[in-house]
Amino acid sequence: MRRLLVGYALSLVGGIGLGLALARSQTLRDSIGTIVTGLQALPSICWLPMALLWFGLSETAILFVVIAGSLLAITVATEAGVRNVPPLYTRAARTMGARGATLYLRVILPAALPAILSGMRLGWTFAWRSLMAGELLFVSGGLGQLLATGRELGDMSRVMAVMVAIVTLGLITEVLFFQRVEARVRDLWGTDRS
Amino acid sequence: MIALDNVSKHFTSKRGTHHVLSDVSLTIDEGQFVCLLGPSGCGKSTLLNLIAGLDTPDQGTLAIDGKPIAGPGPDRSVMFQDSALFPWLSVRRNVDFGLELAGFRDKDERASRVETFLKKVQLWRFRDAYVHELSGGMKQRVALARALAPDPRVLLMDEPFAALDAQTRDVLHVELTEIWRATRKTVVFVTHNVREAVRLGDRVVLMATRPGRVKLDEPIALARPRTNEGDVAHYVGRIMKELRTEVEKVMREEIDDAWQPAPGAVPGSSSSGVGGGI
Repeated sequence: MRRLLVGYALSLVGGIGLGLALARSQTLRDSIGTIVTGLQALPSICWLPMALLWFGLSETAILFVVIAGSLLAITVATEAGVRNVPPLYTRAARTMGARGATLYLRVILPAALPAILSGMRLGWTFAWRSLMAGELLFVSGGLGQLLATGRELGDMSRVMAVMVAIVTLGLITEVLFFQRVEARVRDLWGTDRS
Repeated sequence: MIALDNVSKHFTSKRGTHHVLSDVSLTIDEGQFVCLLGPSGCGKSTLLNLIAGLDTPDQGTLAIDGKPIAGPGPDRSVMFQDSALFPWLSVRRNVDFGLELAGFRDKDERASRVETFLKKVQLWRFRDAYVHELSGGMKQRVALARALAPDPRVLLMDEPFAALDAQTRDVLHVELTEIWRATRKTVVFVTHNVREAVRLGDRVVLMATRPGRVKLDEPIALARPRTNEGDVAHYVGRIMKELRTEVEKVMREEIDDAWQPAPGAVPGSSSSGVGGGI
């Protein structure tokens, strides 16, 4: 669980940062835009062999796989969100005297929030999947390892229990966090009633 | 005082170069209410963007009190046709945000200014509402409060009432006139509506199209508050006549060179369609 949270947090920071940078710079889009899109098609578990080579049999390797899974989903959503911010908001903010970081933090990011939120949601599920796949393949504790042990011992009740636990955890974050935040955003934007 | 000297601007698109403004010179005095009037594509909004500092001219200079305009600044507030209020902030926070960006640091002072200006536009009751809960007219009122609250020297308005229904617009005309009389800000008001221009302005600048230039610069020497009857109609008729040739020019370019106005299709008198409904 700690791996998941740390990895996801790092992905959030990196993904939103990278997304902003991509939305801002045409040069960056031309140079690494294609790579980002291409890498997104790569299931993150494919990074595991590389990660094991680079970081050895360590926490860092798992963390890397988790980040590889969720970072790009957040990046792509942020970039799309920022580029779809109505230019009028930016113009209005500029006439009021907003520049640089203020413009980004106080106007562009809030305006892109609905899109970024859906990216965060996607990133979260990707992070989960990567973590499970990583733990299944590479013994290092956690729910994934419990699943692997269950398979080796032929203990199906254990396997089922772990699956139920994963679903429950997923539901809890979904209901407690994402649905609440999204409902609040829809409420502010007025997109609930049409 | 805003001084524009030989300002030119062109845009390049896939269909070629488009001269939007050509050698426009204009002086706007402190406290004056100037209406920029013209058919679509005459560059009146471009001119406003230049004064706002959102855009830079190809040639010529723009200056406020002798200082060249280098970019947007809180001495010039802008109101757009769309309110451009931020949906993630409440009415009160929207106005407050404008003040904060303009450099008002003291929270108490900001709060009292927000209250003053929301009361001025009669929306204090809706201070905690969010943007989607407001009607079009209410949004423009909030936008007006947001524009006025930082006490700018100049208020730039880009067809702010064009998307409103006639009754709401009428009420806002009266209120804007009142606010202007009380604050004596310099106002540059862009519109394509002749009656709106005559009713609100001290001075109406009619722009010709392709390329945009000043065609007529007419002071409106009428007492306020003005209604739509009487002398306003007299000015409207005169300006309409000038506008007519420009509208025809636009139609020919947009539709066909051979386009001829059907009798009565292009407004020539104050009793016809364009500018109606105020």
